[in-house]
Amino acid sequence: MILTLLHTQDDGSLPKAALETVSAAISLAQETGAELKVGIIGNDAAGAANAISACGASAFLTVSAPEVASPRYATDAAAAAALIKTSGAEIILAPGTSRFARCLPGAAFRAGAQADTHVVSVKAEGGKVVAQRWFYRQRILGSFTRNATPWLLMIDSGVYEPFSAAPGMAAATEAAVEFGTEQKTKFSGIEAPAADAQTIRPDAQLLFVAGAGWTKKQKDGQTHVGEAGSLIQGFLKLAKASLGSSKSIVDMQSEGQEALTFITHMNQVGQTGSTPRHAKGLSTCCHGEEPHVVGWRFINERRAVNLDPNCGWAQGKADVLYVADAFEVMSKVNEMLQA
Amino acid sequence: MTNGFQIVVCGSLVPDPLQTLEPVSSPQGPGLKNETMLPSVLDPWAACALYEAANLAKQIPGSKVYLVSLGPKAKLQQLMMTVAQKVPFELVAVDGSASGFTDAQQVAEQLAAAIGAIPGLDKSRLLLFGGCSSASRDAGVTLQLIGERLGIQDQFTAVDELKVADDGSFTVKERIEGGRYQVSTCTGAPAVLAWATGSLPEPPNNPQVGMMNMRGVMPALMKARKAEVNTGAVAYAATEIPAQKRDTRIVKDTPAEEIAREIVEWIRR
Ligand SMILES: Cc1cc2nc3c(=O)[nH]c(=O)nc-3n(C[C@H](O)[C@H](O)[C@H](O)COP(=O)(O)OP(=O)(O)OC[C@H]3O[C@@H](n4cnc5c(N)ncnc54)[C@H](O)[C@@H]3O)c2cc1C
Repeated sequence: MILTLLHTQDDGSLPKAALETVSAAISLAQETGAELKVGIIGNDAAGAANAISACGASAFLTVSAPEVASPRYATDAAAAAALIKTSGAEIILAPGTSRFARCLPGAAFRAGAQADTHVVSVKAEGGKVVAQRWFYRQRILGSFTRNATPWLLMIDSGVYEPFSAAPGMAAATEAAVEFGTEQKTKFSGIEAPAADAQTIRPDAQLLFVAGAGWTKKQKDGQTHVGEAGSLIQGFLKLAKASLGSSKSIVDMQSEGQEALTFITHMNQVGQTGSTPRHAKGLSTCCHGEEPHVVGWRFINERRAVNLDPNCGWAQGKADVLYVADAFEVMSKVNEMLQA
Repeated sequence: MTNGFQIVVCGSLVPDPLQTLEPVSSPQGPGLKNETMLPSVLDPWAACALYEAANLAKQIPGSKVYLVSLGPKAKLQQLMMTVAQKVPFELVAVDGSASGFTDAQQVAEQLAAAIGAIPGLDKSRLLLFGGCSSASRDAGVTLQLIGERLGIQDQFTAVDELKVADDGSFTVKERIEGGRYQVSTCTGAPAVLAWATGSLPEPPNNPQVGMMNMRGVMPALMKARKAEVNTGAVAYAATEIPAQKRDTRIVKDTPAEEIAREIVEWIRR
């Protein structure tokens, strides 16, 4: 039996990653002929169950107690463990959201299950469930199964199409959970940059990467950090792109050098940064070294602007490398986008 | 907060990110070609956790930092030549595989046992630190499992900031989707904090710190317990590097305007 374990967002809706996991679970249930159940944690879980009532699940279990109104390890882990145990599932598929990344491996442990994360494919092969995930930060792809159940697989976002169907009536059952008496941890809020300062846009078509070259001395022997900042921010606005960066450009700030302060560690792409999913990526003033480029694993179309014809992008890491001055190119690009 | 924290940082070695990795298979499961020869570094996010730990210990008198590492003894010794020069800590070494293909369940069991055996460990003062995921297995599972094994109910993942108040309570910022932070407060230790980058630069090498640490490092390596960690319940069907090399078209000696036009067309396509 397969359980697809989900959580709602503040407003009671399911995040996109959850709907993608529903699709993965439906197809795995079809391939294996296994029964499918749904478990949902969070605000208005019953409403969310109704929204996906057409997914073919035989049962909908929910936990919508006030304890899980906001994400918190102790209560989320308790709720998830209860749903895993109550469902009796051998396979559990869950989205790799931040809320679940915080608690599901621990919840799996409590429920006697074993967990794998960052799963990019799950299917039935020769009577077994076979999963794929990347090892060594997107450098080696492994296909494997686990000879242990229950087995919890957390699916990376952006791999499956989100489930979509007309809502109906799911007749969800609220599961009983022992939360314990006192919670030491309290959720105090979400800190988000102002809407116009938000540079990380997971749903954008284009990833725009800024490298340390933007802050280095240019051909006139001077740095042009202010100009770099307005070119980059101008472009992000015009192209509705998401901003990624190299490590070097963010490290400059903690090292106290003149830097682009709207770029933070959250923007960093690569080995010790993120691995975003966007259809296209444009790299500027970034050398394209391997620890950076491993973060581009899921960017299909890649172009780069760099003064150095022998930079990393030239070594088969981009589709097109423009050997040119990014200041000149991006100011023209902005003019054209504005026109 | 009179006695300070006992900050236990879990972190081990990973191949230097500039090395080319090639998977090989063996009867024991997958591994890396020339694995024993590959130069290694301290796992980057665990390294951030270590620097944050040292910084916190400096601010709160009575605090102490332990670095708990599971890896092949000889490679740990090599790694300590650099890491020990960064910040003061006491090493707790466990001698076993640091491969990314070992199972987190087993690794967590070994690390929890090693932490539980630290003399004088006081759980009411324990902050368990580590990276939010490793650069080898990259799963983000191990710390939660250790926390569960040690009975720690308060856990945080992808932490960038920890602010401790005078009474030992603290505020944590965790990275969530869309470049945002979830902010939580916790009344105090014990807690698990799996760090993202934090905000500290890599400390410069300090030979004095190195000398002080090395006094403890050699005995710790000598008494490192052997731990059998392997692929556990995982059965690998294949490990591969999918061909990803592109035929890069290099555009040179072309006016910026023409390049810009091409880029704009491509973006709009
Ligand atoms: C353990 C570890 C983890 C790491 N993790 C990451 C990671 O997660 N992400 C990451 O990015 N890096 C990571 N790195 C660092 C990585 O190896 C590189 O040092 C880093 O990516 C370099 O950043 P950069 O290309 O922006 O800077 P540089 O290497 O300084 O390159 C600047 C580039 O800008 C170009 N340039 C300058 N001016 C112009 C101009 N006017 N027009 C066009 N081009 C111009 C130059 O030709 C040069 O190629 C890691 C390293 C280690 C050791």
